[in-house]
Amino acid sequence: MIQAQDLTKVYQMGDSEVHALNGASFTIDEGEMVAIMGPSGSGKSTLMSIIGCLDVPTSGKYELDGLAVENMGESQLAEIRGRKIGFVFQQFNLLARTSALENVMLPLTYAGFSGKEREERARKALERVGLGDRTHHAPNELSGGQQQRVAIARALVNEPSILLADEPTGALDSKTGVEIMELFQSLHKDGGQTVILVTHDTFVARHANRIIRLSDGKIVSDEINQNPIKAGTPRTEE
Amino acid sequence: MLFSENLKIALRALRANKMRSMLTILGIVIGVATVVALLSIGEGATASITDQIQSGGSNLLTISPGRQEARFPGAGGGYRQTSYLYYSDYQLLKSALAESVSEIVPVYQSAYTVKFGDESLNTNVTGVLEAHKEIRSFEMSDGRFINDGDNKSQALVAVLGNTVAQDMFGSLSPIGKTIAINGVRFEVIGVLESKGASLGSPDDVVFIPIETGYNKLFGETATYNGKKTVNSILVSVMDTEGMDTVSAQIEFMLRRSHELKTSDALDFNIMSQADTLETLNSVTQTLTIFLGAIAGISLLVGGIGIMNIMLVSVTERTKEIGLRKAVGATKNQILTQFLIETVTLSLLGGIIGILLGVGIAYFFTVTGLISSVITADSILMAFFFALAIGMFFGIYPALRAASLHPMVALRYE
Ligand SMILES: Nc1ncnc2c1ncn2[C@@H]1O[C@H](COP(=O)(O)OP(=O)(O)O)[C@@H](O)[C@H]1O
Ligand SMILES: [Mg+2]
Repeated sequence: MIQAQDLTKVYQMGDSEVHALNGASFTIDEGEMVAIMGPSGSGKSTLMSIIGCLDVPTSGKYELDGLAVENMGESQLAEIRGRKIGFVFQQFNLLARTSALENVMLPLTYAGFSGKEREERARKALERVGLGDRTHHAPNELSGGQQQRVAIARALVNEPSILLADEPTGALDSKTGVEIMELFQSLHKDGGQTVILVTHDTFVARHANRIIRLSDGKIVSDEINQNPIKAGTPRTEE
Repeated sequence: MLFSENLKIALRALRANKMRSMLTILGIVIGVATVVALLSIGEGATASITDQIQSGGSNLLTISPGRQEARFPGAGGGYRQTSYLYYSDYQLLKSALAESVSEIVPVYQSAYTVKFGDESLNTNVTGVLEAHKEIRSFEMSDGRFINDGDNKSQALVAVLGNTVAQDMFGSLSPIGKTIAINGVRFEVIGVLESKGASLGSPDDVVFIPIETGYNKLFGETATYNGKKTVNSILVSVMDTEGMDTVSAQIEFMLRRSHELKTSDALDFNIMSQADTLETLNSVTQTLTIFLGAIAGISLLVGGIGIMNIMLVSVTERTKEIGLRKAVGATKNQILTQFLIETVTLSLLGGIIGILLGVGIAYFFTVTGLISSVITADSILMAFFFALAIGMFFGIYPALRAASLHPMVALRYE
C-alpha cells in the first residue's frame, strides 16, 4: 500500500534548481498493476526512486505499508529496499562474470540469509521466470530477454511487496519486450504481486490496469484502464 | 554478510583485472620482500660475526696503534700511520702484567709475495709466538704450530693458513716443502684448519716465528726510530672480571712509555671483544635502519598505488555500487566490501613478498654468501605491515564507495 501526498523533488544544478516533481499525490493499493507514463524528463524515474526508497522527497509525505519514509536515514532506507522493494532496470544491471544464480542471490546476501536458503530461493525465483535451466550462465552468455528475466528473478527473490520496473522493455526488441510484459502480467495475476511499470511507451503502459500520466513533475491524469492489452497481442498504435 | 562472501567478491573483482592487480601489488611485493630478506640476512650476518668474535675468547684484549692522519692528496691519498706500538711495549707489559694475564703476545704482519715452484701468491705474513695459537684458538689440520724453540733459534719455518695451502699445494701435502717469502726460503711445518671466510680469518695468512721475521724478513720497515714495531699486542686476561683493571693498567703503562701528557689523547686503542661487538652492532643497526627506511618508502609508495587503483575501481564500478545499494546493501556493507578488497590486494602482495624475501634469503644461504636466519618475527612483521597498509590506504576509497548516493550511482554512465 503506497500513499503519496504532495511529493516534490528539487535537484540543485549549480546555481539553478530543477523541479523534477511538483506536488504529486496518489495511492496505490496492494495487488494493483499500475503504469506511470509520461514523456522523457517528466519525472518518472525520480518518482520511481522515491517510491522505491532510493531517495527521499524534498517535501511531501510518503507512506509505504504504513511506514513514513520521508524522514528515514540511509540505513533504514537500505533495509526497506532489501525487504519490500524489487527493482527492474532498463539496462538489467546484472553483475558481470557472475552466474545468474549468484546474481539472483544478491539481495538475500545483504538481507543475511544462510547460504543454503539463499540458493534454494534463488533457484525457485529463476524457475518462476522460466530460467530454471540457466542458473550457471553468466550475463554475457544470455540473451537480452533472458538477462531481463534474471533481473526480474532478482527483484522477486526477497518476496517484495512492490515490483518496480523502470523502462523494463526499453533495451529489448519488441517481441522480447512483449514476452517480458507477459511475465509481468502473469506475476501480477498468479501471485497477486503489486507491479509498478514506469514507461514512456503507451503500448507498454496499456498492459496495466491503471495508468498515471506525468508531465513536468505533475500528475495530469490517473485512470483505470478498462481493457488492458493481453500480452502477446500485436502492437497497435492508439 | 559473511567475511567469506566479501572475500569471494573481492577475489572476483581482482581476477577480473589480473594484470592491473599484479602491477598494483608490485610495490608491496618489493617492499615486503626487501624487509624479509634484509632482516633474515642481517640476522644471519650478525649471528655469524658475533659467533666468530666470541669464539676468539671473551677475555681477549687487543692493543693496536691508534693515531692515523690523512695523507696529502699529492701522496696518493689514504691514511698514514702516525703512532706506533713497539716490541719494547710488549716486553714492558709482559713483565708488568705477569700476575693478572695468562698470555700476552706481539703480532707483526706485512704483505709479501710467497712462492712455491711456479705458484706465486701475494699474501699476509704474520710473525707470531707459540702462545698465539692458544689465544686465537687455532687448530692444526697437519703438522705443528710455531714454538718457542723456533723463535729462539730464529728458524726459517712457516705455518700456512688453509686457503694458502690449498692455493699453493692443491692436493699435495705441504709439510716439509720449501717456500720462498720475498726470496727467503722457509720450510713448511704445519697447516691450520679453516676458520671460514670471516673477520680476521687466518686462512689467507702465512705464520712465521716473529724473531725470524725481525732478523731475516721484515727488515727496516719493521722499525721506527731504531725500535722494533708491532701491529698489535694480544692480551689474554686471567678472568673476565679483571678486564677493566688490566685495561686501565695497560693504558697507564703505555701512556708513560709513550711519554704522553695527561692532556694528550691516547695514541693506541685497547679493544675488548665486547667493544668490537658493540661497534659492529652499531654499524649493523645503522645499516638496518637505513635499508629499512628504503623498504618503508617502497611500502608507502605501494600503498599509495593501491589506493589509486581502488579509487579508479570505485569510479568504474559506480553502477555496480548503485545496484548493490538498490537491492539492500547498507553503507557499512559496501564499506566492508571495498576495505576487504584492498586488504586482500595488499595481503596478496605481502604473501608474495614474504615468499620472495624468503627465497632471496635462502639464495644467499645456498650460495654461501651469508648464512641468513629467517625468523618468524620478521615474517609476522611483514605480514602485519602489509595488512596495516591495506587498511590505511583502503579506508578512503571504501568510504567514497559507501557514501555514493544510490540514485546518483544508478544513473551514472
Ligand atoms: N541527479 C540529478 N540532478 C539534477 N537533475 C536531475 C537529476 N536527476 C534527474 N534530474 C532532472 O530531473 C528531471 C526528471 O528526470 P527523470 O526523473 O529522470 O525523468 P524521466 O525518467 O521521466 O525521463 C529531468 O529534467 C532531469 O534532468
Ligand atoms: Mg527515466
